[in-house]
Amino acid sequence: MDTAPPNTAAAAAPGRDRAPAGRGASLHRFANPGRFLRLTGRIQPWLVGSALLVLAIGLPWALVFSPPDWQQGETVRILYIHVPMAWLAMGGYAGLAIGSAIALVWRHPLADLACRELSPVGAMVTALCLATGSLWGKPMWGTWWVWDARLTSVLVLFFLWLGHAALVRAFDDPERGARMGAILALIGAVNLPIVKYSVDWWNTLHQPASLTRLNAPALHVDILYPLLVCALGFTLAFAAVVLARTRAAVMERRIRALQMAAARRADTRE
Amino acid sequence: MTVHWAHVTASYALVLGGFLALGLGTALRHAAAKRKLLVLDPRTRRGKSVP
Repeated sequence: MDTAPPNTAAAAAPGRDRAPAGRGASLHRFANPGRFLRLTGRIQPWLVGSALLVLAIGLPWALVFSPPDWQQGETVRILYIHVPMAWLAMGGYAGLAIGSAIALVWRHPLADLACRELSPVGAMVTALCLATGSLWGKPMWGTWWVWDARLTSVLVLFFLWLGHAALVRAFDDPERGARMGAILALIGAVNLPIVKYSVDWWNTLHQPASLTRLNAPALHVDILYPLLVCALGFTLAFAAVVLARTRAAVMERRIRALQMAAARRADTRE
Repeated sequence: MTVHWAHVTASYALVLGGFLALGLGTALRHAAAKRKLLVLDPRTRRGKSVP
């Protein structure tokens, strides 16, 4: 395994564009903050634009033009936002676990930063998933909450997101915080199959998955298509927010490095 | 407004409000970092803009 570039690469040497040779070199090409900011600066407006465009199509489709369900009535419209939040909560956590593995194994400084910026957004979408699920559950099940396996495992997922966000910020040494957060994220990944298969393994009030195979879904196309468009729109919005937060974090790290360098120069002059 | 529609409205308001708050907070943080970097970074003062 290659030695990782010094962690200050993300802070103090924005102009250095050389990546380490050998294995992991392609991964470390993007550890250079200057290159990362240049590349993502080009991607970011497209990501934001496409998220807004897809949501501008998907949300009116879901809220106005899709038909009410014969059993659920108008409440079915909540599912067009609840299901994408659930997918993002789980998919985002899988991304956090992968990013954490990259940060632990290859000591990739941008993976650390991305994970740090991902967890508050992940906590937010998981909270939205729980809240919208609750708002759907009250008229459909007659209760805001039940301690069934699906709901409880998603609540555990929410605490894992919150725990990660708090843990990486709890240390004076950011590298140590990132390492502890990465370990928590990897251990917490055990919860993902529990969330996914909880409706099959246990007898739950929550219904089983309606969309296991796209070629044979249990949903009518009038519901399936707006759901997929909303899911795509929210995924793009989620990615845009995480990318923008990571860009801001890279710049803030560079600011701290420049301020430290200025303080050192002032010390040596005195 | 029926109870069903009230729940639908509350759900959409929560999700859109949540994403709007996240986006706005991120944009403000991004703009502040960019502004500070323009002041501190000698390369940007020489005419290279922050990407």
